[in-house]
Amino acid sequence: MDMLTLCIGIVLAPLAGSAVAGLFCRVIPRWLAHSVTILGVAIALAFSMLVYQRVGAGETMNVNLYQWAVSGALEFNVGFLIDRLSVLMMLVVTSVSLMVHIYTIGYMAHDPGYNRFFSYISLFTFAMLMLVMSNNFVQLFFGWEAVGLVSYLLIGFWHTRPSAVYANLKAFLVNRVGDFGFLLGIGLLAAFAGSLDYVEVFARAPELAKMVEPATGWPLITAICIGLFVGAMGKSAQIPLHVWLPDSMEGPTPISALIHAATMVTAGIFMVARMSPLFELSETALSFVLVIGATTALLMGFLGIVQTDIKRVVAYSTLSQLGYMTVALGVSAYSAAIFHLMTHAFFKALLFLGAGSVIIGMHHDQDMRNMGGLWRYMPITWITSLIGTLALTGTPFFAGFYSKDTIIEAAHLSSLPGAEYAYFCVLLGVFVTAFYSFRMYFMVFHGTERFDRSGDHAHHSDEGEHHGLAPGEEPEESPWTVWLPLLVLAVPSVVIGYFTIEPILFESWFGSAIHVGQAHDVLSLVAREFRGAREMGSHGLFSLPFGLMLCGMLLAWLLYIVRPRWPAYIAKVFRPVHGLLMNKYFFDRFNEIVFAGGARVLGHIFWRGGDRLVIDGLLVNGGARLVGWIAHASRLLQSGRIYQYAFAMILGLLFFLTLLSPRV
Amino acid sequence: MDFGIEHWLCVGLRHHGALLGLNYIDMLDNYLPILLFIIVGIAFGIAPMLLGRLLAPNNPDPEKLSAYECGFEAFESARIKFDVRYYLVAILFILFDLEIAFLFPWAVVLREIGWFGFWAMALFLAILVVGFVYEWAKGALDWE
Amino acid sequence: MNSIMPNLYPASAEIFVLIMACVVLIVDLYCGKKLPGIAFVLTQATLVFGGVIVWLTADAHVALTFSKMFIDDLFGDFMKIAILATMAIAMTYGRSYLDDRGLNKGEFYLLALFATLGMMVIVSANHLLVLYIGLELMSLSLYAMVALRRDDAAASEAAMKYFVLGALASGFLLYGMSMIYGATGTLQIDEIARQLAYHAANKTVLLFGLVFVIAGLAFKVGVVPFHMWVPDVYQGAPTAVTLIVGSAPKLAAFVMAIRLLVGGMFLVNEYWQLALLLMASFSIVLGNLTAIAQRNVKRMLAYSTISHMGFMLLALASGVIDGASVADLRFSVLNAYSAALFYTVTYVLMSLAAFGTLILLSRAGFDAEMLDDLKGLSRRSPWFAAVMLITMFSMAGVPFFVGFFAKFSVLEALIQADRIGVAVFAVLMSLIGAYYYLRVVKLMYFDEPVDSTPLVAPTGLRVMLSVNGVVIALAGIAPNSLMSICALALGYSL
Repeated sequence: MDMLTLCIGIVLAPLAGSAVAGLFCRVIPRWLAHSVTILGVAIALAFSMLVYQRVGAGETMNVNLYQWAVSGALEFNVGFLIDRLSVLMMLVVTSVSLMVHIYTIGYMAHDPGYNRFFSYISLFTFAMLMLVMSNNFVQLFFGWEAVGLVSYLLIGFWHTRPSAVYANLKAFLVNRVGDFGFLLGIGLLAAFAGSLDYVEVFARAPELAKMVEPATGWPLITAICIGLFVGAMGKSAQIPLHVWLPDSMEGPTPISALIHAATMVTAGIFMVARMSPLFELSETALSFVLVIGATTALLMGFLGIVQTDIKRVVAYSTLSQLGYMTVALGVSAYSAAIFHLMTHAFFKALLFLGAGSVIIGMHHDQDMRNMGGLWRYMPITWITSLIGTLALTGTPFFAGFYSKDTIIEAAHLSSLPGAEYAYFCVLLGVFVTAFYSFRMYFMVFHGTERFDRSGDHAHHSDEGEHHGLAPGEEPEESPWTVWLPLLVLAVPSVVIGYFTIEPILFESWFGSAIHVGQAHDVLSLVAREFRGAREMGSHGLFSLPFGLMLCGMLLAWLLYIVRPRWPAYIAKVFRPVHGLLMNKYFFDRFNEIVFAGGARVLGHIFWRGGDRLVIDGLLVNGGARLVGWIAHASRLLQSGRIYQYAFAMILGLLFFLTLLSPRV
Repeated sequence: MDFGIEHWLCVGLRHHGALLGLNYIDMLDNYLPILLFIIVGIAFGIAPMLLGRLLAPNNPDPEKLSAYECGFEAFESARIKFDVRYYLVAILFILFDLEIAFLFPWAVVLREIGWFGFWAMALFLAILVVGFVYEWAKGALDWE
Repeated sequence: MNSIMPNLYPASAEIFVLIMACVVLIVDLYCGKKLPGIAFVLTQATLVFGGVIVWLTADAHVALTFSKMFIDDLFGDFMKIAILATMAIAMTYGRSYLDDRGLNKGEFYLLALFATLGMMVIVSANHLLVLYIGLELMSLSLYAMVALRRDDAAASEAAMKYFVLGALASGFLLYGMSMIYGATGTLQIDEIARQLAYHAANKTVLLFGLVFVIAGLAFKVGVVPFHMWVPDVYQGAPTAVTLIVGSAPKLAAFVMAIRLLVGGMFLVNEYWQLALLLMASFSIVLGNLTAIAQRNVKRMLAYSTISHMGFMLLALASGVIDGASVADLRFSVLNAYSAALFYTVTYVLMSLAAFGTLILLSRAGFDAEMLDDLKGLSRRSPWFAAVMLITMFSMAGVPFFVGFFAKFSVLEALIQADRIGVAVFAVLMSLIGAYYYLRVVKLMYFDEPVDSTPLVAPTGLRVMLSVNGVVIALAGIAPNSLMSICALALGYSL
């Protein structure tokens, strides 16, 4: 098969699976729904591997498949740009998606929306593939919105829960803010580059860099890049548009793993990397990216410390890791960002699915205060979660170590404004990451068993579903469909960094897919000190980040295993800080009061003054009255009398005769 | 169609605005036979009526003065109801009558236009025959 | 004297339709009683095979025949196929309606075939008189079809008005043609263009002729101030006939406009563009505003036609850009005229679906034509309510329905011609227009049905209407293919 056929197959197989499972969700049996969607995604994965082989051999492809519309010189196409960047994303998306599909069989076994769920996640896979394989901004935007839509549908999957509906609405609204910037960026490109095709736009980037935006006088390229990055901030949940991601944990856990950790939230990172030829031309934009990323990385890590809901801890850790990737983008280490994106996809999916497994074991109780000592009951989940935690915290030789250490080093070596701040943030972030990760690990798997305390935690939700273990009940290991993906994901979480760091980062594996300007090329500086993956690992054992990580781990061990009473005491002593963290820096409160409240007040004013008085009274009703009046008047013209009609025709004729004659 | 817009634009616009010169006197000469024809026609129409008035005996009575054709009173309100079949017959008559207008000039030049002309008229008449068959079979020619 | 046999090959489709019309006439006369469906079947076969013949004889070569009075080019072929298809669809829709009312006689099909023939002749006319003959053949057939329901006062009145005003408009057209003849000395359309280009013509006479021709044209298209017949005829005629009057003749009129104004008198475009622009603007205002006040759907659609045709004329009037180079001019002309063609074709598609839905709702002894008859359609038939929904959204120009792309391309042509004010005005007016289309949707989906009798309609109508709706929807998803066909067809002729 040629590459184009493969690519079409990759996109269409999940779509077909989704269509079958979705359109016939009420008729087909469950086994059919999951097998057809899994088959679709498996085909996509297999084909992606074939494409990977070709691309690895140096082939690339840039074709327009179908022209959707033309408007003047602007073309709206559907097309594929397949190079090493997109193929890497395709592999990550399809492989994680396949694992999540399999995992879902066990996790959603008793859910009435089983078929619908499979349809959604396959649809998501399709949309995400369209996004990463696109060769133009229109299709990128289509994929961007489509993954947003599916994410909205899945966060609100249990749509009878008010909290889920609130969360999906929030995700939707916050993403609109980001999309606004994104659209502005695309619109500026369309207006000034005159094209929406990546290659054409990139070819014109040097011209764009010399222009200024005529209305405001801003440097055009900076305006474009910041616009695009605002889009990425929405999708990849960077401060201050991060508020939707923790709430998105209302969705089922497989979704949290697939969409809100491994793939969709990294779309923003991918997009910025894809746009590297543009971002390289604007140092202002890069600094902006850098500062936002660094702030997110550190502040979101702190929030992970005080959470008690197991999924929320992982969610905040995701936010913090996304911040790391953004920092890498900011220092022009795009390959490092993509590299961390890849390793993170594996170990974060592992952690999420592990958390899901724990939740199954705990009968859908997510409160870590009710867990403890689970290692005895759920051995596979325990081991794989430990691996995930070690990878996340950046233990040398694990996947996360290579990518994260590179980012820290890159931030250290960068000379962009804001790089010192970023270096500080990511370095401190290591300690924080280790602390909250091991806090979670110890609270869940070690220490005293708290789930058999009768009564006080077995709460009932609104629908009367029973959550948590009944008194005397013991957690059990999850079914094989749940632990198999854990085992499969554990492998890359350990080894993928070791094997791929050298080609991806230091042998310019991405080739022309990523463009880095000479002045910003920090990775080449990092490469100078690089002596191979093993060397880097063993050197890492004596480095500052590893020390910080050990400190974090020991502190967690001290507070949650050795002296479990201390945390409450510390919280009491540092009440203001604790309160700040518990309230998530008051972002939600701020948004609620200033934006939502302000919008309400403003809306009320406009409704009173603008809408009811001017629009309704004057324009709509007035306009409607006027229109109605004219309509009735013009009806009178239509008298039904034939001689009047003829007269009108002759008058019209005379009018045009006199109109045109004087010009002779 | 070869509109050739660009070509005309380049060449033609230059000529615009000038008046087409016409020699009206020469043109009127051509119409002299028509004038004569009109005079003769009018004379031909008036002469019999004049002669009739001058030469015929004139003894009117009510029966003689009443309408004798088509069954209408000659001087009545024009807005009375009357049978639509008059119109039908009249229209059909005109239809087939008018074909003569084509046949006369055709007959004059038949030698020049040859077989092609012959078959063209045959085709025209054939189509008319189809129409004739139709009106006949539909009963449009039956009075009752 | 030219006595050489003319080349009949380019006119083979017309000859076929003519012969078949005669055959239908005779066959229906003698076998109509015994085989009631024969006229319908033969007519459909004629339309389909006529289309096939056009398709088979189409090539990029421009053929002139009958002493250069008849032209066969790709643009004409495309339009002929569109006309034949439109008529075939209209016949399918109309059959049961006519059956229920005792109008399903051979004459209807006969007249439809002759009207089709007239339109085909218009499409292929390269001579003013041929054009006129085609126009009269089409118009007379249409007048008679409107009067098909003889015992109905409204229908007779409509036919009478249509006929008298149509005769007046024909008079205008003929008068205009004679003036153009006086100014240029020829009746052959391409020759007129050549005369204007190479020889000086009396401009006063020419422009007088032009105005009269435009008036005649405007009557056929139905734009202000030559639109008065449209609402009365649409309402008075039987719905099956309204369907025909409102669809295929618009295609023929479009060709007429292209042949006469672009083909013949492109050099005086500044004059006719101004006239078209004014008529278009008046039509958009009047059509959209008056449609709001209508309670009768057929009348409402009549006013909507007026505004749509105004929109189409906007594109026709935007072909030329001042100060453009020759290459740019060609590009902009092609762009604007193919936008107009695309608009016409999509409009015809939508109007077929709208009237088709009205026929679907009608039954023996009951004509669905008031807005209230559409109430609660979604409950009576969700599928056909959806078809009507697509049609109405498309007519209103809601984004990502085909009507939106049609409006969009017209606006683009306007902006290209630097008529931004007109473009803004057109958008505002179509916003007002959206009101009455959306009102139909509201009635269908949010109101209780007044009439809850189940829909009875033959399979042919159901299938064809569904296909029609799907085609409109698909054209909205992938407007580009139809657009490029339009540009291609025109590109071969311009």
